[in-house]
Amino acid sequence: MPLVEVRDVRKVYRRDTVEVPVLDGLNLDIEEGEFLALMGPSGSGKSTLLNLLAGLDSPTSGTVRVGGEEISSMKPKRLAAWRARHVGFVFQMYNLIPVLTALQNVELPLLLTPLNKKQRREHAETALRIVGLEDRMHHFPRQLSGGQEQRVAIARAIVTDPTLILADEPTGDLDARSAEEILDLLSRLNAEYGKTIVMVTHDPHAAERARRVLHLEKGALVDGAARPVAAGATAAAGAANAGEVAR
Amino acid sequence: MTRATLVRANLGRHKRRTILTVLGLGIALFLFVTLQTFLHTLRSVGEIGSETRLVVTNKLGIVFPPPLAYRARLQAVDGVESVGYASWFGGIYQDPSNFFANFAVDPEYLAMYPEIVVSPEHREAFMADRTGAVVGVRLLDRFGWQVGQTVTLRGTIYPGDHDFTIRGVYSAGRKGFDETSMFFHHRYLEEIARSQGMDGVVGWYVLKVSDPDEAPAIAEAIDKTYENSSSPTRTQTDKAFNLSFIGMYGNIGFFLNAIGMAVVFAILMVSANTIAMSARERFAEVAVLKTLGFSDGDVLRIVVAEAASIVGLGLLLGLGGAFLLFNVMDFDMGGFAPGLTVSPGVALVASGAAALIAIASAAIPAWQAARLKVTDALRYVA
Repeated sequence: MPLVEVRDVRKVYRRDTVEVPVLDGLNLDIEEGEFLALMGPSGSGKSTLLNLLAGLDSPTSGTVRVGGEEISSMKPKRLAAWRARHVGFVFQMYNLIPVLTALQNVELPLLLTPLNKKQRREHAETALRIVGLEDRMHHFPRQLSGGQEQRVAIARAIVTDPTLILADEPTGDLDARSAEEILDLLSRLNAEYGKTIVMVTHDPHAAERARRVLHLEKGALVDGAARPVAAGATAAAGAANAGEVAR
Repeated sequence: MTRATLVRANLGRHKRRTILTVLGLGIALFLFVTLQTFLHTLRSVGEIGSETRLVVTNKLGIVFPPPLAYRARLQAVDGVESVGYASWFGGIYQDPSNFFANFAVDPEYLAMYPEIVVSPEHREAFMADRTGAVVGVRLLDRFGWQVGQTVTLRGTIYPGDHDFTIRGVYSAGRKGFDETSMFFHHRYLEEIARSQGMDGVVGWYVLKVSDPDEAPAIAEAIDKTYENSSSPTRTQTDKAFNLSFIGMYGNIGFFLNAIGMAVVFAILMVSANTIAMSARERFAEVAVLKTLGFSDGDVLRIVVAEAASIVGLGLLLGLGGAFLLFNVMDFDMGGFAPGLTVSPGVALVASGAAALIAIASAAIPAWQAARLKVTDALRYVA
């Protein structure tokens, strides 16, 4: 059974009296441990699909199920709690809280868990160690480079050991070297820790790092766009490492 | 890291703005507490008067003194136990800014006021000295005077410099009673007044009645007696007399309350604007919090906590400042308003006003933040 099941999803935005269809009867399965890249031109519906998978938006019709739970019909409060437990989100612009240190930014999602203060700190330190920033944990975002900020954002996304890591153009605002570091990190999270990753990108080079690439155009997946899973570590192998952060 | 850390960090985001807002709130709440304290103290003074004492003044007002000759006839009225009298002296000590109340009183007067507590030794020393004076303990402290010291008051009603020797100190026998006045012998005033052709009158009489229930009838009988004289009287209870003094300020309660409300409303506008601005600037961060799994209620509580923190600090500053000034340092506005004390009631009203400011300031931004749609906010920022 796939981890993510998207069935006949339509999403229509209403602008004044005009209805703008963004996703049109989309179907998609994502297996646990996959690293999936979503590509497509601007306005093709990539980010909208990512938001639906994150439970940040709801489809006009159709269903989205993650781990067997139908999130498309959840009430906002339950959806927020679901998101806290199951989704790690990486933004293009990092979106760290500027008045919190790297460690505090990473700890932020843990405020929604039953962990105590000491446990929260330990988990956040582990996550920062995984992204290689243990020596920058007391730095504020303004004291970090773009690549380091994005690594902190990734640490924040993995600290709760979520079911899904969703990345919206994670390398879109970075130079080539930093982008490479971030892609290495995402690949490692997928390969070593078995994390399921869905990444939206415009960059074909970034998409190459995924095991499967899907193309969206005008709200629909383009036939034959899917590329087979690339050779490399399997999800099963990576799954052995999963949960280290949360432990 | 706790939620409080997040609130604290957000408050430190624009330190100058936060500090200025807290200062503004502090000053406004200090002003509010001061006005309410002044009003509360005035009302307390009105409540202090006794029902067993009657005060007789000229019907036309206290500036028209009744004759001293009334004393014997008032003493003869049925139900009157004793008669005392007093006059406003209006002396200035060194400088008009050193204002304090100073009265000439006859020996009976002090005996009729158990609120004025003088030790037997001081009372004896006062009675034995023609120019002796009894001063309130706070007045003594204010000028650093000592018992036995001679002080000179410059007369405003009775021109010239007049010397008084401090022979006694009184303290209040009842909470809220003034401790900043000076009393001296009326016979000394009569000496001064005689040389200036102003003798033979007193400011007001105080009668002690044996039965408070008879007080209205006694008052009516006295006023009827002098109805057609050259100096008609107005007889009222001590309490009513005190309240009439407050009444001289006009409807001061309404006036001070109106100013207090205007202050609260003005600072509410400032505070609401600051908190709204602060919340609006952070809509993207609110969207991030929601993406991380913070619920609408979590976000609402964070915005309200920030507003409450700012207003709480302002309250601490305003209420704490007023408490320090009035309750600890005994500030009396240069003698104009002695005995000002921030009461628990006033502190409660100020806290209520602060809570109102916090809730009203945070209501709209907190609601907007809670209702914020993540996808819209992120798109707006991008």
